[in-house]
Amino acid sequence: MNEKHDFASDLRTYLVGFALAALLSAVPFAAVALHRPRAQVLWLLIGCGLVQLLVHFRCFLHIDLSEQKRDDLQLILFSVMIVVLMVGGTLWIMGNAHRHMM
Amino acid sequence: MTLNDWLFGRLTVQAALPFYSAIATAAASIVVVGALAVVVLLTKFRLWRPLWSEWLTSLDHKRIGIMYVVLALVMLSRAVVEAVMMRAQQAVSYDSPGYLPADHFAQLFTTHGTIMIFFMAMPFLTGIINYAMPLQIGARDVSFPLLNSVSLGLTAAGAALMMISLCIGRFSTGGWSGYPPFTELAFSPDVGPDYWIWAVTLSSIGSTLTGINFAVTIYKERAPGMHLFRMPLFCWTALCTSILMIFAMPPLTVATALLALDRYAGAHFFTNGGGGDVMNYINLFWLFGHPEVYILILPAFGVYSEVFSTFSAKALYGYRSLVYATMAIAVLSFTVWLHHFFTMGQGANVNAVFGIATMLIGIPTGVKIYDWLLTMFRGRIRFAVPLLFALGFILMFAIGGMTGIILANPGIDYQVHNTVFLVAHFHNVLIPGLLFGMLAAVQYWFPKAFGFRLNEKWGRTVFVLWTAGFLFAFMPLYALGLLGLPRRTVEYFQGAYRPWTLIAAFGALLLLLGLFAVGAWLFVSVRQRDDNRVPAGDPWNGRTLEWSMSAPPPEYNFAVRPRVTGRDQFMRDKLGGMAYLRPDEYEDIEIPLGSAVGPLLGIAGILCGFGLTWHIWWMAAGGLLLSIGTVIARSFVRETTRIVPAGEVRLQHEAWLGRLAMERPASRDQEIAPSNRGLALADGS
Ligand code: HEM
Ligand SMILES: [Cu+2]
Repeated sequence: MNEKHDFASDLRTYLVGFALAALLSAVPFAAVALHRPRAQVLWLLIGCGLVQLLVHFRCFLHIDLSEQKRDDLQLILFSVMIVVLMVGGTLWIMGNAHRHMM
Repeated sequence: MTLNDWLFGRLTVQAALPFYSAIATAAASIVVVGALAVVVLLTKFRLWRPLWSEWLTSLDHKRIGIMYVVLALVMLSRAVVEAVMMRAQQAVSYDSPGYLPADHFAQLFTTHGTIMIFFMAMPFLTGIINYAMPLQIGARDVSFPLLNSVSLGLTAAGAALMMISLCIGRFSTGGWSGYPPFTELAFSPDVGPDYWIWAVTLSSIGSTLTGINFAVTIYKERAPGMHLFRMPLFCWTALCTSILMIFAMPPLTVATALLALDRYAGAHFFTNGGGGDVMNYINLFWLFGHPEVYILILPAFGVYSEVFSTFSAKALYGYRSLVYATMAIAVLSFTVWLHHFFTMGQGANVNAVFGIATMLIGIPTGVKIYDWLLTMFRGRIRFAVPLLFALGFILMFAIGGMTGIILANPGIDYQVHNTVFLVAHFHNVLIPGLLFGMLAAVQYWFPKAFGFRLNEKWGRTVFVLWTAGFLFAFMPLYALGLLGLPRRTVEYFQGAYRPWTLIAAFGALLLLLGLFAVGAWLFVSVRQRDDNRVPAGDPWNGRTLEWSMSAPPPEYNFAVRPRVTGRDQFMRDKLGGMAYLRPDEYEDIEIPLGSAVGPLLGIAGILCGFGLTWHIWWMAAGGLLLSIGTVIARSFVRETTRIVPAGEVRLQHEAWLGRLAMERPASRDQEIAPSNRGLALADGS
């Protein structure tokens, strides 16, 4: 009984995740296909990408705010912080050097 | 393409043999003779089979750890000899070409730096963590024992390429950082940079895997009750180091891979023309390089924390602040990498931000130093060898840290960058901060690993020689740097440099003696092993779980998994009379069977790296196929573990408990006497 319930709810999260992921991929594609202005497409793409990330974490990797997932969540947040530091720092440094050396 | 080209690529007799300098020829001969001697000895004493089945294919974290340390010691010997050669060159090269051709000198600083960082320091700390960390958290092994062996195989393959480069062809002259455009095809068309690229790439992949393995082990394998905040401090530093490895090694792998694409596939990532930009390399390299220095130093901080508390017979002062300081250092280390290229063209504001961030690291580091001092305050201090190293570390590291904060000021850095002031600074932090820590760890955990204590007198000799040698060899370099001597200088024309280079050469001589002393230390200790046996396993009145088992420990580490109720669990047990209790029940224990995957992947790595270096494509492809085939074949192995039945565990454990009952507990005054059999008179706090 319990197992069945688990299966059903698991299936639902996966299906919801799949639908959301497909939608979030389709929207940017549509924006490109419809020749929307460049800036608009870029921001849309970034926004959809970030939301897509959250959808994957929530629906496929089952990360939520509950107590037992705290370790995983912390690790993900930490990784995000390090990646932001490295990528952001790189963009800043290289952009700045570019401006000074051109 | 002729058959010869196809078979041997760029490898020709003239290109291969190291006849460009008599000294290089001699060095190559020493390596060859040494290797042959090892082969002969192994054959003579019929040790090939045990070496293969009990060591090389073993997945036991303790054995893998020991092999890492052996690798580190071998590579340390080569790198120290190279360092002494460089110091000797500068001692005699005032107004004269000295005894080393410039090209050979350049290979020396490149191999010295590369070996010290990637094939001495990294294997050393990886080995020590491998040995001690699972024991400290109450685990039976790391989470992925096979991966552990694979990491070792890849690292050893990189080291093997370094040794091969000494005999066949030549190494890079581009420094340990391998900056393009110098290392690009246009300026270094020979095989040197290729050797460097593949050796470093193999090692960086091995280290990434190690980082993942250790981090998962600490998250998943702790004994019941071992909350994160009950872990010994060494495990915290191991955790932070592993996380740094996971994030810091990939930029290096990317940088070397892109450089390889430039050299092999005509790409233009870092070339002068074609839209390349060396700044991308420099940025990527130090994105790895700065966290790397904390990867190197944090485990030593952990060792010192254990050592201060054990040899002061006191709990660590300010445990929580030490943990937070470690985390702060780990995070801050990702915010400062630009200080390695202050002078490369970005604006003053960027420099200021990174300079200030760099100085901030001084704060958590200072917290640690005070915590260690306060740990000793009112403790019952024993000046054992590990504590001597720790004390030497505090004094000298404080100086190195101060010069680091001086260098963090971009204005000052503009004056002294690329001089030997920098060389003095980083040796000043790395030798006390890494090497001393690892040597202290050897003296500290050796009795656990091998069942007998190392000789104290020789340990002290090692300490004195390395400390004095370090001071004489590197303090003059601060003065020389301020006088303007550029680093990597093969010949100079300033009389003012002369006295300082002579003092530094004297220091290097002491360090060479120090290296011999390390050999003597191990040799004498092995000969005297019967006087120093500690079968009961607790020679230092230890506080943490690794001391609660026999020395050497059984393959499965813990006969029954410990239950942890607080920090310094073993000390609690001893004081409460709960140590060495006879367990009510034993269970079957599953341990991993040995596997040849690690050594095979290592061999594949050597073939690949060597083939790529010399453009022997069939060999590179063969190496790649071997690695893929090995992984596929492994997936068909069904039996990967073996069960040690509960009955056998009981037998072994009770035999040891029986032996314990016959030993007389030793007080701390007897610590280095033969009467210390590893059963400690329980006192302390
Ligand atoms: C045994 C004591 C040591 C001595 C006598 C020594 C000596 C030297 C010398 C003479 C140089 C060249 C300096 C120059 O460019 O003018 C050098 C460079 C270097 N050393 Fe050491 N060293 C020692 C230990 C270490 C250790 C323990 C490490 C790291 C764990 C290390 C890492 C390096 C690095 C990264 C370089 C820079 C190489 C380059 O220029 O690319 N050294 N060392
Ligand atoms: Cu740095």
